[in-house]
Formats: sequence, C-alpha cells, structure tokens
Amino acid sequence: MRKKLATVWLGGCSGCHMSFLDLDERLLEIAQWADVVKSPVVDQKEFPEVDVVLVEGAVVNAEHEEEIVLMRRRSRVLVAFGDCAVTANVPSMRNAWPKEVVLRRSYLEVPGTVEGRVPTEEVAALIDRVRPLHELVKVDFFLPGCPPSADLIYYVLTELLHDRVPVLDEARLKFG
Amino acid sequence: MNEIVSIQLDGNELKVELGRTILDVCREAGVDLPVMCYLEGLSVVGACRLCVVEIEGSPRLFPACTTPVAANQAIRTQTEKLKRYRRMIVELFFAERNHVCAVCVANNACELQDLARRVGMDHVRFPYLFPECGVDASHPHAVLDHNRCILCTRCVRVCDEVEGAHTWDVMGRGHASRVIADFNEPWGSSTTCTSCGKCVQVCPTGALWPKAASMGNLRKEPGKIGELVAKRKLNA
Repeated sequence: MRKKLATVWLGGCSGCHMSFLDLDERLLEIAQWADVVKSPVVDQKEFPEVDVVLVEGAVVNAEHEEEIVLMRRRSRVLVAFGDCAVTANVPSMRNAWPKEVVLRRSYLEVPGTVEGRVPTEEVAALIDRVRPLHELVKVDFFLPGCPPSADLIYYVLTELLHDRVPVLDEARLKFG
Repeated sequence: MNEIVSIQLDGNELKVELGRTILDVCREAGVDLPVMCYLEGLSVVGACRLCVVEIEGSPRLFPACTTPVAANQAIRTQTEKLKRYRRMIVELFFAERNHVCAVCVANNACELQDLARRVGMDHVRFPYLFPECGVDASHPHAVLDHNRCILCTRCVRVCDEVEGAHTWDVMGRGHASRVIADFNEPWGSSTTCTSCGKCVQVCPTGALWPKAASMGNLRKEPGKIGELVAKRKLNA
C-alpha cells in the first residue's frame, strides 16, 4: 500500500530538510513508496492524515504548539527529525533568560539597531521556553543529528515506509 | 604482593590480587566499563557513577572505580538494570547543563557525546534545566564554558595532584555547583594558575578548550596524564 508522508519545518534552520533533499535520486525511490502530501515543498495548507511525518525543529512559538498537537492527532508515526526536534538544540539557547529579555536584546539592544521595535503582529508569539517535541506529544521515533545525514534519513524512511522499526545502533546514533 | 583470591566476573572465574579495584580488574580482563570522572593517574572520586556494577548478595550498586575486589565476589557488569541506570546518568548530564553538540568546539571529539551513543541515548527523558551559565574567556590561552561542564572534577584533581597549583575547585551545592578558579575569580586573573594546560587536556567535554582550537580540529590527550604520573612516580 502506498503511504502518505509529510515533512514539517518548525523552529529549526531547514538544514534537516536540506539533508532530506540530499537523498538525490533516492527521492525517486521514496516516491515509489509514498506520496509527499504535506511539506515545505508542497502547496498544501491543511495538515492531512498521514502515515509518517518527519518534524524538523523545536517548538518555539504558539503556532508550533498548536501544530504539533494537530500533527500528532493526524499521524500514525511521528518522527522527531534532527537535534532541534529531539533536544531543542540551538533554539533552546535562549531558554536561560525570560523571552522579554531575549526579544529586547535581539530587536532593541543589538549594536547598530536604530529605533528598533519588538514585532507583535504578523509573526507568531514566542513561548516562554523552547521545547523538544516529546515534552508536548508522544514521539514514535527519535532521529538525532545536526543534521541527520541523507544516508541515515534514507535508512529510517525506508524502514518506516515498509512498516519496520529502524534501529539506531552506535554507528548511526549521534548528536551534533 | 597481596594475597590472590578468586572472583567471578560476568560468570568467568578470575584470580586477582587483593587491594585492587573492580575497575582495574575489569580493564585487565578486557571488560570495558564506561567512565567519566575516572582518569588514570588521578585520585579516584567515584562521582559520575557510570562504572557501577552489581555484586551478588547486595541490593545496592557499587562504583567499580572505588570498590576493592574481595574473595568470592560475583560481579556483573552488563545487566539490563545497569544499562538502564547508565543511560539515565548520561541523560541527567545532558539535562543539567546546556550541551549543544551542533555548536560545540568539542563536536566529534567529546567523551560525553561518545558516551551518549554508546549507551543508546536517542533522547533525554528528563526535563532540561536550561541553567544560565557563564563563560570565562579571561585566560589568554583557554576558555571555561560552564554550559558544558559535567563536574567530573578531573581539572580540579589534575591541577592539584599533578601540577600542584590547585587553581581549580568546586563552589556551591548540587546542580548549582560550579568549578571556580582560586576564590571564584576570572581565570585570567588567577595568581596560582601556571597556564600548564593540563586541565584542558583532561576535560572530557568542551567545557575547557584551547582558544587556538576550532570545531573539527580539537584534540585532547587525557592519556598523557597517566604517562606523566608514571614517569614522575607521583602515586608510588
């Protein structure tokens, strides 16, 4: 049976998606097993029901908080895709300070800023603390790496799309 | 020479000398126990608890580095319970400070990172503390980044026991503990530091790193300390 695959980009740098694109010709193989129904490269607004979703990035703002819950409800297998999703990684480096301090520093106090303004419209409101996915929803599979290599993504997707459980042994498991 | 006794190590009968530690015996027998605070050449503190083993007849776990062998001990080093605890310990290291491998100078040259993959840590189940940690870059040659410190105290011990300077020590309690230079001064203004660099070499993470290093070319040689101690016969 053909599967439905989604890839999502929350609070991350898109490096994991770049690594996903590095699958190169193996993307055609993936396309034989699954339709990519929702992704930054697919024009689909609503998150549909899927078999597998790769979620890149940490939960950084109020929109992400809602999205991750919705994605969980509509996905059979939810993968924390890359270090930001697994550990909160670089985005979490602001967590030692209240968000007001971070926003002030970023938009008002950074040298070279003239008449800076903290944005309040159009952009999603930051939450107090950047969080890894598993603090909010049940994660079925953790795929660390910054980013995970294309080979690793290929291995994990191949297993999941064939209803097998991937195994990250010592050679495959690595943060950073 | 001490008395020779029999022990069982993971089911194998061994003759060992009394007075040695379980860790010594394991290493000699080729049983690879994970360690963090232990470093050959330095005193033993049993702080990290990674080398814990089970001894038949006792419900508690024993750190192999501080526990001496005794006659007829039946030691287990690789049970499911021990593996579970070791992974928990590593997760707690990661949860306690801000370990961001992706932007760390020690990425790919880090004992903590290696340990995480070895114990199969695919995520951290404990809530991260995200403490505010300082970075002391006041020393001309090296940086102390508290975000990456696991309080193994190798730096404290090497500075005291091998260099003889005792610049480093630990201040505070529990998760608020911090390694400090002298009486909590910037490292660069320490009057005791000889800038020998031993602390940097023994640090298992990116907490102490030479300013000359960048990600990808950091290499530390903690093994040098054991050699140095043997040559100087410091522990004889």
